[in-house]
Amino acid sequence: MSKIGWLRLAVIVIAVGLLELACRSGLIDHRVVIPPSEMAAALVRLLISGQANDQIARTFGIVVTAVLIAVVGGFALGVVIHALPRVRHALDPFFATYYAVPIFIFYPVMIAIFGLSAVPIVLMGVATAIVAMIIATLNGLDRVPRVLDKVARLHRMGRIATALRLKLPAAAPHLFTGVKLAVSYGFIAVIASEFILAPAGLGRVISDAYTDFNNQRMYALMLLLIVVATVVNMVLHVFDQRWAERRGIGKP
Amino acid sequence: MIAAKRAADTLIVLAAILVAWQILHQAVGSTALPAPLPTLTYLAKFVPSARFAENAWATLVTFFWALMLSYSLGLAIGVWMGVHRLSGAVGEPILISLYTLPKITLYPVVLLIFGLSMPGRVTFGAMHGVLPVALLTMNAIRNIPPVYLKAARTLHLSEWQTIVTVLFPATLPEVVAGLRIGFTLSLLGVLLAEMFASEHGLGSLIINAMQLLQNEEMITVAVVLFLFAALANSLLLWIEHHLHRRI
Repeated sequence: MSKIGWLRLAVIVIAVGLLELACRSGLIDHRVVIPPSEMAAALVRLLISGQANDQIARTFGIVVTAVLIAVVGGFALGVVIHALPRVRHALDPFFATYYAVPIFIFYPVMIAIFGLSAVPIVLMGVATAIVAMIIATLNGLDRVPRVLDKVARLHRMGRIATALRLKLPAAAPHLFTGVKLAVSYGFIAVIASEFILAPAGLGRVISDAYTDFNNQRMYALMLLLIVVATVVNMVLHVFDQRWAERRGIGKP
Repeated sequence: MIAAKRAADTLIVLAAILVAWQILHQAVGSTALPAPLPTLTYLAKFVPSARFAENAWATLVTFFWALMLSYSLGLAIGVWMGVHRLSGAVGEPILISLYTLPKITLYPVVLLIFGLSMPGRVTFGAMHGVLPVALLTMNAIRNIPPVYLKAARTLHLSEWQTIVTVLFPATLPEVVAGLRIGFTLSLLGVLLAEMFASEHGLGSLIINAMQLLQNEEMITVAVVLFLFAALANSLLLWIEHHLHRRI
């Protein structure tokens, strides 16, 4: 690890250590925050006991479903919109403002239409993630070098072969950025929906634990979510950087 | 001419959204989703009412303080991490992972610290807004072309003159982009806080309306917030484009 990496680790360790000290010494009330070591111990106990397994499986299942729909649907819509320039120009202002609007305020509307089930949560996840994928697909297709069309003609490739063997690899780095954003947005939307109102799921369990003053369980599951989100985002970030490097080398 | 045609196309999309709304209304029934026209009539009646004004004001005040907090903290962190390279290199990945975290999970902690109060909602809103402001400010400072600084030195500008006439204008467009994203996310944070636990504000109004099955009111509030955010974003985007063009 580089010097900066060690420094970063030191900063994080010191921050967690200070929190632990502040909790242990009574500077921070035990009813407000429990020491990080207790959070970790509570999480390990909870995972071994298997009490929360159903909820964990449910939440991550919903996240995976929503992200898959968003990635596949966003890609398909992106391809269609890219082929229709007029539609694209008409939609541009909507894409530009989409993430500026708290679309989350429509979650209650979804509940009113589809009832209190997993469906509105999946829809919120898809709604939050899909536009990032559409925009990434459009960007990727825009950056496919014109010369590839000529290459395809030279080799007398069909339209499908051109799309699969030339255009898709050329657009892939941008598509991956879309996937990365879709995962992170979908995750946030699903957890937030479960928090506000849901029949079950991790967000619901944490919000229930808060209402019951069950700090052990609340902090254990919070820690789980934070660890999972950080690890997933870090892995995607590393892959994204590699793709970006390749993109940099492969510039025409 | 082209602009007019584009505007017309965008209007067609808007009309398509209204038609889709009407069709969905026919499909699921008016208890679940009221039709566009009755909702808009309700909007015209509800927005001037005292109850709406009260809640909108509560949200606006909370949002204002959340915005001030995230701007001042974000700019301070961003400038520090941009100027002090080592802090930037160490801190950037930490900020990025905090940025991608579902911050709603931390709201109970905020509630345990502040209780059900406005400072809690302000803090939660600022937790959303501070990170993009800090990250974009840091990048703006890092991306200043070295030749600008050389030119400043050649002209024998004092440190203060360099900051005012070179660094500030050079970083402004990107900083404004950060402020725009910070605006959006602070608003989201405040609304989430109000939706989760609050008796005041538009977020709580939406949740109450849902529980009382007053779907017209629920959609009205959502549409008003939608328009507010979209207009504010367009304005900030317009400022940003102007700043970019000037450079």
